[in-house]
Amino acid sequence: MASVLIAALTLVPVLALAWQAAQGSEGLWSHLARHVLPHALGQTLILMTGVGFLTAAIGTGIAWLVTAYDFPGRRSLEWALLLPLAVPTYIIAYAYLDMLHPLGPFQSAVRVVLGFDSPRDFRLPDIRSMTGAILLLGLVLYPYVYLPVRAMFMTQAANLVEVAHTLGTPRRHILWRVALPLARPAIAVGVSLALMETLNDIGASEFLGGRSLTISVYTTWVTRSDLAGAAQIALAMLVLVVALITLERWARRKQRYSVSAQRARSMARQPLKGTARWMALGLCLLPVLLGFVLPASHLAIEAWKRIQFAGLSARLVTEAGNTFTLSALATVAVLSCGLVVAYTARLFPQRGMQAVHRMASLGYAMPGTILALGILIAAGGFDRWIGGMAKGVLGLDPGLVLIGSGLALGYAYLARFLASSIGSVEAGLSRIPRSYDQSARTLGHGIGSTLRHIHLPLSRAALAAGGLLVFVDCMKELSATLLLRPLNFETLATHLYGEAARGTYEEAAIAALAIVVVGILPVILLARVGRGIQ
Amino acid sequence: MLANPAYTLELEHVSRYFDGRAVLSDISLAIPPGKITCLLGQSGCGKSTLLRIISGVDRPDPGGRIFLGGTEVAGPERFVEPENRRIGFMFQDYALFPHLTVADNLAFGLRHLSRQQRRERVMEVVERIGLTHLLDRYPHSLSGGEQQRVALARALAPQPAVLLMDEPFSNLDQGLRERVRRETVDTLRKTGTTAIMVTHDPQEALAVGDLIVLMRDGRIEQAGTPFQIYDQPCSAYAAEFMGPCNRLTGIWSRGRIETPIGTFLADLDLPDGALALACIRPQALSIGPDGQGISARIMAKTFTGESEQIDIMVHPLAQTLRMHSHVRIPMAIGEKVSLQLNGAQIHVFPDDPSGENHPAVQS
Repeated sequence: MASVLIAALTLVPVLALAWQAAQGSEGLWSHLARHVLPHALGQTLILMTGVGFLTAAIGTGIAWLVTAYDFPGRRSLEWALLLPLAVPTYIIAYAYLDMLHPLGPFQSAVRVVLGFDSPRDFRLPDIRSMTGAILLLGLVLYPYVYLPVRAMFMTQAANLVEVAHTLGTPRRHILWRVALPLARPAIAVGVSLALMETLNDIGASEFLGGRSLTISVYTTWVTRSDLAGAAQIALAMLVLVVALITLERWARRKQRYSVSAQRARSMARQPLKGTARWMALGLCLLPVLLGFVLPASHLAIEAWKRIQFAGLSARLVTEAGNTFTLSALATVAVLSCGLVVAYTARLFPQRGMQAVHRMASLGYAMPGTILALGILIAAGGFDRWIGGMAKGVLGLDPGLVLIGSGLALGYAYLARFLASSIGSVEAGLSRIPRSYDQSARTLGHGIGSTLRHIHLPLSRAALAAGGLLVFVDCMKELSATLLLRPLNFETLATHLYGEAARGTYEEAAIAALAIVVVGILPVILLARVGRGIQ
Repeated sequence: MLANPAYTLELEHVSRYFDGRAVLSDISLAIPPGKITCLLGQSGCGKSTLLRIISGVDRPDPGGRIFLGGTEVAGPERFVEPENRRIGFMFQDYALFPHLTVADNLAFGLRHLSRQQRRERVMEVVERIGLTHLLDRYPHSLSGGEQQRVALARALAPQPAVLLMDEPFSNLDQGLRERVRRETVDTLRKTGTTAIMVTHDPQEALAVGDLIVLMRDGRIEQAGTPFQIYDQPCSAYAAEFMGPCNRLTGIWSRGRIETPIGTFLADLDLPDGALALACIRPQALSIGPDGQGISARIMAKTFTGESEQIDIMVHPLAQTLRMHSHVRIPMAIGEKVSLQLNGAQIHVFPDDPSGENHPAVQS
């Protein structure tokens, strides 16, 4: 029952939001409904449609190239294509803004080449636009589609493709007639994940001048101090989230049917010849270059310049320490909760695990801003209550207990990343035969002792991998951290946000680079898992 | 020293429903102390569930009770967790812990002992079962037979009141299986362990069990010694499960069944003229040159090395009869022969027209 309790934690913010939204004054809501919501909703829908199509196109196309054809560099590319995952949306936006600034390196170089003297004479189309936002988000989010689709092609397509061949389908038709229909559920899963990230994003859209729903929630609350209004927009956004979860769930169900059909075997790759192979290489290189190499090297150069110029400020070191401590503590908490849930599920297989998974995945899909808002309402209420009690009984004001101590932020991380930690722990435990549990029990070891002596040692690798994923996710997290961090508490991500929002480009490049470098770790992990499929 | 005090195990009205489906219904059974009991049945008959309930990793539905050595271990008011039951469990896949050496695996169930006692007990078990040279090895480096012995030793080390074994030999290949089975039975008998073994193989049950409990759809079909079960099956199902049978439908009349190939006495309470069923073991049939018995014709011969399987057709019967011959039969397919019968291996039951008494074909 502890597991249901843990999972129910993710529902508290939603309930708090609903409660707060119901408190809103009529007048404000009609203002929101007339002026803010339609525009923001429209913008968000355009953004999501664009990102959806772009990630689906890049992810599927490239997955097909690397599984169906052989060309120089394919092996390295297969994992290099995952690298953009290491770049959070707000960092790629930050990097490109800096690069493509009228006075930035790219435009200056173009002007030199074309012989223009000043930015006034020649300007590229501004990256601060909806098109820019779609392009940049698509460039870092396509791996969400690439991963499941490639896995699908590698494990499923072989037999069907060979059958199609023997039935006389020419190779160039196979993509359209066999592979794509087969991959549809995988594409849907990937796109829904990418869109959840799009909804979650706060930095990129803001730096790029968009007015998405997420931004509206944030500004309605922070600038207008209208908590109820923010909660109302947030609830409207939740409708989108639920739609995405439904899409993902539906697609996964379809995928399950097809997975059971065949044995895993990858298809024979067709070697490409002549210009075709260089074209394939170029096509696959493009997203890696634009989504990772270019922004990462720009950040590296800027960071290097900054360190040369001013060294590493004590402030940044403190922030790095903050980030590390916060993420490490959160990881321990999230992983322990995941372990409790997954182990309970193993002990009592039939009791309400569906509900637990559903609740946990709601937390995962909820944009950080909404989650933070809900938690803030709940925690604020709790803090006021405690404060009132303390004043009454002890005669002193403890301040904001939950928010001030960062517990509220930890709670947000827990709600958001619980699903992923349950997933990793379950993956680890599922490899341990149930007969081990029973053997240990009949040999005189209780539930706890069995966990300590059998399950923990045997799933160490899976737990470490799961912990790494959660740690990096916590470290990259911006939207909830921004709202829930204690006063004057900065992490690398919020530092970067602050500088970018102010337009002062100082140490942000160093912070961004640090986040990207640590973010590469789980990508390496993913690449190794992916190789395991082969 | 390793010899176990003999415990009795009693089950009373044990049932188990999963999603409204009865996996076990109303099982009452007394397991004799110091003996080997075989739970025999097709997959899905509930035998493994029964084992899990005895071990304590699953619970009987309310109303069922289990007594171990006279003490209630599962019942309406009392439930003893598996780790406190003193029950050993040996799995089909052996479930040796891959991160522990053989020695550590053996010591795993001995944590209530001091370090010194633990080492002594491990050595004792290891010497008895002949594993001394394997102590420092890890399970993955052992052969199938060695793994099986380690699993047996590990289950026996804490001196369990009852040892439960779930298909303990099915992971071994044919040649090894018989040897390991003999060794295992030997060890169990020497230590006087009360053991319950689950199997789907009637040969194995007949070879190993002191008591055989034949299960069917969550109920006990028949319980008895191997000879009782084989020679006096209580139903056509039991007869056919324990070995191949030729089924003949006949008519009941004054204490005997009349079939096209003869009339057989039986102890059945049926009205005259009712349909009855005769199950004839292949070894009850033999053939000779034409002219000295029931006239028959050879339809097919299959040579299996040890014996020859012969299908013969007797005039009014629609289906062929099957028999085994351990001597070479000179007659060719199509030749006429005469058929003789040995009445001791013929079992008669009331007819069941639904046909649901057929066990599924055993592999």
